[in-house]
Amino acid sequence: MRTIAAGTAAAALLALSACGSSADGTEDGEVGGTVTVFAAASLTETFTEIGEDFEEADPGVEVEFSFAGSSSLAAQINQGAPADVFASANPANMDKVVEAGNAEDPETFARNQLVIAVPEGNPDGVTGLADLADPALKVALCAEEVPCGAAAQTALDAAGVALTPVTYETDVKATLAKLTLGEVDAALVYRTDVAAAIASDGGVEGVEFPESAEAVNDYVLAVVNDAPNRATAEAFAAYLRSDAALAVLTAAGFQAP
Amino acid sequence: MVLLVPALLGLAFLTLPLAGLVIRAPWGTMPQRLAEPEVLDALRLSVVTATAATGLCLLLGIPLAWLLARVDFRGKGLVRALVTVPLVLPPVVGGVALLLVFGRNGLVGAPLHEAFGVSLPFTTAGVVAAMAFVAMPFLVVSVEGALRGADVRYEEAAATLGAGRWSVFIHVTIPLVAPGIAAGAVLCWARALGEFGATITFAGNFPGRTQTMPLAVYLALETDLEAAIVLSLILLAVSVTVLACLRDRWTATP
Repeated sequence: MRTIAAGTAAAALLALSACGSSADGTEDGEVGGTVTVFAAASLTETFTEIGEDFEEADPGVEVEFSFAGSSSLAAQINQGAPADVFASANPANMDKVVEAGNAEDPETFARNQLVIAVPEGNPDGVTGLADLADPALKVALCAEEVPCGAAAQTALDAAGVALTPVTYETDVKATLAKLTLGEVDAALVYRTDVAAAIASDGGVEGVEFPESAEAVNDYVLAVVNDAPNRATAEAFAAYLRSDAALAVLTAAGFQAP
Repeated sequence: MVLLVPALLGLAFLTLPLAGLVIRAPWGTMPQRLAEPEVLDALRLSVVTATAATGLCLLLGIPLAWLLARVDFRGKGLVRALVTVPLVLPPVVGGVALLLVFGRNGLVGAPLHEAFGVSLPFTTAGVVAAMAFVAMPFLVVSVEGALRGADVRYEEAAATLGAGRWSVFIHVTIPLVAPGIAAGAVLCWARALGEFGATITFAGNFPGRTQTMPLAVYLALETDLEAAIVLSLILLAVSVTVLACLRDRWTATP
């Protein structure tokens, strides 16, 4: 599975570098040097891989990442941090940067959906959101103030399920941690988080549910207006929308925009 | 004079961030924000749990301090170092460690859950446990220092006059080190009131049950900076008032 994905990525990369060499004729000398990408923490694994692919395609380029919560990154950019590209886990935090006049025309490059994370083997036989209303089940949700919590509330409203969790966690990783530590029986988290947990330790599985389609989280991307390395920033932004980058993202559980 | 300059710089360094909060606070909408039930819930929970945690620390911490100060045993240096571990441990790690011991699948928590169906995580008692874990070293270190500084001849005199060990401890030792206990309790309470990392990790976050003021501040920061500032100022006002009133009164009396 993993090798097939890597194979597609490599093939797409070859195709892209072929395109790149024709474009080099007009923009030669502009793309190069270090490009600084501020990206949401949930993109850590995928963007690191995409960045390495991008560097391989163009040896003159170095990609540096700063991964953190989207709201912190937005605040940093608005305080003048030297970012070239901003990739936010939700449109709301991108809007803060756009409203401050620091970026324009953000584009959606990936989507993420919620799944119900349960212990491996699904011991409580959870099949959908309605099962979580069982008072015998301990459930962890993200707080509504953070994106995964807002999405969870939207999905629960769409399903007409009233749910009292034992805790409203401050971020999605902490929510999943309560499940992997065995303190809760189910948690609403992103599909990518479950995929990452399965890849590293296992012990978790994801249950898909139809109402998650009502609460899709858009990942948006923009080149920062004061980008120190604008040409390379635009090249990286374009690469993120290539088939090669999309293959990395979908392998991690993201969906195409 | 040589000391005055760094002293004033130190004071400025400690108080300027507080001034920043006061200046940035939305004073106009303060009354409405204060009246919100969530704010009062979080404040009440914080005060109640921090006080309960201080009580627990006094109950367990004074005997522990006495053990370290008055009883000679092998490996005392190591035990003393272990007591201060929560001071250097990142509180979030402390919370995870508490989960591994008192959680539903923990060393102590699993048999407890099997036998009685109770578990500490996600309960108000869990908040008290998390606070006591991070705050107890402040009390133990302070009381142990007072015990070591106290004159053992008073205790010896009481013993020669026929007082038993317990009687000496209650009627001589405790009054002798009362200022140290009070100072330790105040520090312990203040640390418990500001506790964030161990609480969110071990007890989770649920309004009215485990959402203390620092947790409410953190979440407010995600969406509404002004609300976060208001909550911080309330927490600061309550703690500064209590500390200013108690500390002088308790620690000044011999």
